[in-house]
Amino acid sequence: MTQWIDACATDDIDAEDLIRFDHAGATYAIYHAPDGKFYATAGKCTHEEVHLADGLVMDYVIECPKHNGQFDYRTGEAKRAPVCINLKTYPVKVEGARVFIQVS
Amino acid sequence: MTKRDYSLLGPDGARAVATGLAAAEWYHTEVPRKEMKALMQRSDAPAIRDTLLLYGLMIAFAGIGIYLWPSWYSAPFWLAYGVLYGSASDSRWHECGHGTAFKTPWMNNVVFEIASFMIMRNSATWRWSHARHHTDTYIVGRDPEIAIMRPVVFAKVIAGFFGLPDVAAFLPRMLYNAFVGVHPTEKTFVPESEWPKVVRVARISTAIYGATIALALGMGSILPLMVIGLPRLYGAWHHVMTGLLQHGGLADNVIDHRLNSRTVYMNPVSRFIYWNMNYHVEHHMFPMVPYHALPRLHAAIKHDLPAPNTSIAQAFGEMWPALRRQLASEDYFLKRSLPATAKPYREDFHLAALGAAATAAE
Repeated sequence: MTQWIDACATDDIDAEDLIRFDHAGATYAIYHAPDGKFYATAGKCTHEEVHLADGLVMDYVIECPKHNGQFDYRTGEAKRAPVCINLKTYPVKVEGARVFIQVS
Repeated sequence: MTKRDYSLLGPDGARAVATGLAAAEWYHTEVPRKEMKALMQRSDAPAIRDTLLLYGLMIAFAGIGIYLWPSWYSAPFWLAYGVLYGSASDSRWHECGHGTAFKTPWMNNVVFEIASFMIMRNSATWRWSHARHHTDTYIVGRDPEIAIMRPVVFAKVIAGFFGLPDVAAFLPRMLYNAFVGVHPTEKTFVPESEWPKVVRVARISTAIYGATIALALGMGSILPLMVIGLPRLYGAWHHVMTGLLQHGGLADNVIDHRLNSRTVYMNPVSRFIYWNMNYHVEHHMFPMVPYHALPRLHAAIKHDLPAPNTSIAQAFGEMWPALRRQLASEDYFLKRSLPATAKPYREDFHLAALGAAATAAE
């Protein structure tokens, strides 16, 4: 079953940055892209389970803080070693000043 | 006294996995997000400047060396060229491997491949070994980049200043990778999808060295090898000198970089060659911060770190006696005091390593 979860306010995340969001025992990363859109992915790197929230957002790329692996957070595509496995992404919608993510 | 087994396939590595020491969550100093974001920002300009300077100097020194060859007057120019080839390539390999030196990815990749060739490291293999080094820094049996294994073999350390152990290990491995495939120990940290690249890189390196040797034989002179290959021997001393200080004499099997890494204040020339990796605690704690921002990171977190060593000589003066003491007791290590402003070491995390030996060493 999927459901929309109220994750944060739009102004909780600076432009070109991300925050960590924990819900029901899972951890997510929510991004505020340079074009103003919001995106969501799994919260931990697929390489070694490091929280991406401490990483660096550059345009549409999130770089893991531990080994500098990179993902395109719009698609989850692994872009740079040592990450080889894509990152799970989640649908996002903005209603008013709130950001919702769809999780199962 | 604990006898260490540094094999990646041995019991110490298996124990580290079983006890949770491997792939653990490490201590890091709290830095406000806004400040850390500013420190992590990438830029092409500093690395382009430094790379043009590096390659320009290398061309100039090698050119003069060739012009003056075989006169002994060429020697100083070969020595200078050698340090840039056989030592600066280590730091360029390192920073570009992290992908932090340049903002533009292809620039990192080009300099990484050139530096990997010069420092005689298979670029495909070593990218992964260094990832493991950051995951499990000085965790025995897990970290494939432990420079000083206990008890230290001083003859090997001295030989390292001339690049001998590295080259002796590299050449047969290059041929193995080129003609047989990926070595079993490499398979423990290199993903299978990267194995073809390991072989391809080894074959390219073999071809370049083969052509250089053929040219030398054809010319009846070692001059081609003075330009390609031999500088890895006669110019290695600087990267070995600085590299030994990164972790030498400090703790192993801990998950706090303040215990197992060393920051050393160095002269500007060494910092150019070493690309600021003298800020080594800072680098390990926050590997996303590019080399040119490490002095600022150091200023931001030094209140939480042991006092830096004040010079290369002072750091060797601290490390060398510790290595000698480890001949008698492998468990001995230097435990540096923290300033009053720092968060204390988590003794409960490091109970196995911070036992009686640590207390005696403080």
